[in-house]
Amino acid sequence: MKTFNYHSAKDVKEASKLSSSNSAYLAGGMTTIPSIKLGLASYRDVIDIKGIKSLSGIKVSGKSVKIGATTKHVEVAKSKDVKKAIPSLSALAEGIGDPQVRNRGTIGGSIANNDPSADYPSACIALNAVIHTNSRKIEAEKFFKGMFETALKSGEIIEAIEFSIPQKSNYQKYPNPASRYAIVGVYVAKHKSAVNVAVTGAKSCVYNDKDLSKALSNNFSSSSVDAVRISSSEMNSDVHASAEYRANMVKVFAKKAVEAC
Amino acid sequence: MASLVGSRVERKEDKKLLTGRGKYTADVNFVNQTFAYFVRSPHARAQIKKVDITKAMKAPGVVSILTGADIANDKIGGLIAGWRIKSEDGSDMKVPAHPPLANDTVNYVGDHVAVVIAESLDEARNAAEIVKVDYKILKAVVDTKDAMSSDQIYKDIPKNLCFDWLLGDRTKVKEAFEKADKVIKIDLINNRLVPNAMEPRAANADYNPSTEEITLYTTSQNPHLARIIISAFNGVAPENKLRVIAPDVGGGFGSKIYPYAEEVVCSWAAKKIERPVKWVADRTESFLSDCHGRDHVTHAELAVKNDGTFLGFKNETIANLGAYASVFGTVTPTYLFGPCATGVYKMPAAYTNVKAVFTNTAPVDAYRGAGRPEATYTIETLVEKAARELGMDPAEIRMKNFPTQFPYQQTLVHSVDSGDYVAGLNKAMELADYKGFEKRKRESASKGKLRGIGLCSYFEACGIAPSPVVMMLGCGIGLWESAEVRFNPTGNVTVFTGSHSHGQGHDTTFAQIAADQLGVPIENIEISHGDTDKGPFGYGTYGSRSLTVGGTAIVKACDKIIAKGKRVAAKMLEASVDDVEFSNGEFVVAKSNKKKTIGEIAFACYLPGTYGEVKSPLPEGEEPGLKETSFFDPANFSFPAGSHICEVEVDPDTGETKVVKYTAIDDFGTIINPLVVEGQVHGGLAQGIGQALYENCHYDETGQLVTASYMDYTMPRADNFPDFNLGFTCTPATSNPLGTKGCGEAGAIAAPPAVMNAVMNAIGTEISMPATAEKVWKAYNQNKKRNSEAA
Repeated sequence: MKTFNYHSAKDVKEASKLSSSNSAYLAGGMTTIPSIKLGLASYRDVIDIKGIKSLSGIKVSGKSVKIGATTKHVEVAKSKDVKKAIPSLSALAEGIGDPQVRNRGTIGGSIANNDPSADYPSACIALNAVIHTNSRKIEAEKFFKGMFETALKSGEIIEAIEFSIPQKSNYQKYPNPASRYAIVGVYVAKHKSAVNVAVTGAKSCVYNDKDLSKALSNNFSSSSVDAVRISSSEMNSDVHASAEYRANMVKVFAKKAVEAC
Repeated sequence: MASLVGSRVERKEDKKLLTGRGKYTADVNFVNQTFAYFVRSPHARAQIKKVDITKAMKAPGVVSILTGADIANDKIGGLIAGWRIKSEDGSDMKVPAHPPLANDTVNYVGDHVAVVIAESLDEARNAAEIVKVDYKILKAVVDTKDAMSSDQIYKDIPKNLCFDWLLGDRTKVKEAFEKADKVIKIDLINNRLVPNAMEPRAANADYNPSTEEITLYTTSQNPHLARIIISAFNGVAPENKLRVIAPDVGGGFGSKIYPYAEEVVCSWAAKKIERPVKWVADRTESFLSDCHGRDHVTHAELAVKNDGTFLGFKNETIANLGAYASVFGTVTPTYLFGPCATGVYKMPAAYTNVKAVFTNTAPVDAYRGAGRPEATYTIETLVEKAARELGMDPAEIRMKNFPTQFPYQQTLVHSVDSGDYVAGLNKAMELADYKGFEKRKRESASKGKLRGIGLCSYFEACGIAPSPVVMMLGCGIGLWESAEVRFNPTGNVTVFTGSHSHGQGHDTTFAQIAADQLGVPIENIEISHGDTDKGPFGYGTYGSRSLTVGGTAIVKACDKIIAKGKRVAAKMLEASVDDVEFSNGEFVVAKSNKKKTIGEIAFACYLPGTYGEVKSPLPEGEEPGLKETSFFDPANFSFPAGSHICEVEVDPDTGETKVVKYTAIDDFGTIINPLVVEGQVHGGLAQGIGQALYENCHYDETGQLVTASYMDYTMPRADNFPDFNLGFTCTPATSNPLGTKGCGEAGAIAAPPAVMNAVMNAIGTEISMPATAEKVWKAYNQNKKRNSEAA
């Protein structure tokens, strides 16, 4: 492990000021720390934002659930307010990694990292989330740009994620048996206006499956899923699952999610 | 005093281990400590054209950088294959040189090229990154099946073939197959596994220039073997100048039986630079460089009569040895595999042919079960297939072919001293509610799940013995075990064993045995192991040998203590030795109330005199002190056996497979501590189910290890298992006075076929290990398609 300067920022302004092209923000550290230890990443400065109180906490209003960036998965999973407003979101948080990861990992970290197999990005897409940063608000559909790529600019800090409360929703995944990341995760959310079907794990980046969303918007039943053809052409393929398997599992888990709604 | 043998004594060692107070090799730090980091080959096969250390030597903190040229200059010997195997044509096996640091070529990803020694681990690692190695990359040989027809890796080893070994009689098998009503055939792969001990390997060597002695702390299952190899073969130091200590060791599963390049290099380097050198593997290094397990490609056939009677069996296996012949690499797919090939059955004719090949992958060696899981998987999936093809119940076909008279001389090698396979299978069927399966299957179907049931009846041969026979067969070491029982003057006891505990619970089980034998409270007995300077030479722990061989040595040493105690008691009590009886820790003169406790006898042996008069408690000619040593070489293996029944549920939409019910009936002979034995069964089952459903070591076609971390190598976890239903039958072993049989490997041997038979029963078609979701999903759907096309 290469050495680095550790900073603990007291507020967002200080954190932002400390940042440079050779720095990383540290929240739960579930990806950053292993990356540094394995030599996959190195930084001159690591800026710890865990101590910034304004970045943590859950606020539920009639229309939305707003979760601070450094809120841990366990806090989302255990929150009675979240469970009441969007039960599928607390279930998703409960299913991330293992207890150690849930006790340290944060929602902001997960989203900023945009791992193609992470769970939270699918929630953002399905639940029409708005990502609040220290400089602007970004719609989820415009936030996730590609593998480990987001719309965040250098030094920009996520402050909170605001999810719209749907009429009903459900998240189903087939976890990688080794890492327990999603090989395929499908988040179905029925909003007043339309249905979103967000898929994670299957491609290089989370995406809203327009065909499934459209079919379910027309008729919200699992039989609507049957008629949709899912192409395997852009799907990931690795030792755990082929593209063909992933394409099929998108359908299987979309159906499971609709049935569980 | 109540007997402790058979009682669930809680493990004495757990308090220390579970509260973080264990002392492992990585916890040991010497004054003036340096840290080693190995430069490893990133290529599966390459020529080393040049190693340039100039820049790295100038990096901060670097103390020394040593390469293959240095180790060759110092004439340090290579790593060894511990067992010579002869081919069917009588020729000796062919093995490549295996220098601890590569000189001309590297032969797998992770092969050792150089070692950087620095003041800190970070400095060593950073400097290692700038050691410049100029490689000429060569085409790697990776696939087991194709190895013989691929590029030749070593100049003197045509077809990459180490040996082509035969056990059994081809002619008799041919005749048996001619008489068969039906021949059942199977092609299978026994998937390569990574041992994944919880504690990664480590070594810390300290050289004392004044005594010229090296002290090596290392993660070893077998410190005495490490010492003799590093002395006699690598030539690092004479045996009397090398002390090897294996302190607390966090699991081994076979991967820590023998020394690796790192221990040799650290010991040699410590002497060379006259500073202690410490190396601790990180997890990636463990994946890359620990010896792996299994990796067989097998074709097997079973000749049967229509009534299910077995007539003959043949097994043609290609075994992957990896890049080099490791210490037990050559015996694992031969003498540990072949003799068990016919399983628990009467098999009038049989042979096993093994072609062992070199590939550009990590060396393959013993892993929990070592050869016996591979043998059992083949015969037990084949027998299940025979039952399917003959329309018989899988239990019925097994029962029909079990021997019922013991001792039973098998066709191939083993004379099995004891067993009752019928009782084991009956008990398993009862505990598993075998008859109720159809009902459970319907219940699963109502939830949309496919339920399958699978059986496995196994036996295994453990506690390899006797030494003269195994050495005649090519083994480079003896296989006896030692014990020294030492009474201290105040009456408590230290028992030294040549075996080693790295999770097996010897501190408890062995103390139970000594407590019973000597009538001393268990808390007054200390078990000492793992230090070549303490206690006699021994052969360590592997192959489920420690209790049957090492435990017996303890009993024999206790017998000697008691014999001496009787002589001393007779003198002190003024009785004839023949009248002195020993029980519950007391020497009693028959038909009298005259007695001495064993503690009093020990005290008298160490303080042989009386104040005020010249009077010794010792008989004339008797030496003072109370300490006895025994070396026990058993006359035969021990043969645990049992029947396991597994039920799985498969989700046909996803292929996800879950073990929902698992029943294991094992015959381990006499059980000393049921709590410890159940733990051993649980651990073995976890690894066996892991092999069947989850674990797979995968190299890509260039020889890069794809599954080199827990992100990609699926370790089973607690939530992958149901509660295990365990039960036992008992036919005591006759080859040791305790009547015990090995229990450490049974679960890993029996579980893979039981699980896979259940999966194949559920989906109605054959599938290879590991039965991952996608494979099951594909196999199930292809079979469904075939069936609908046929209909």
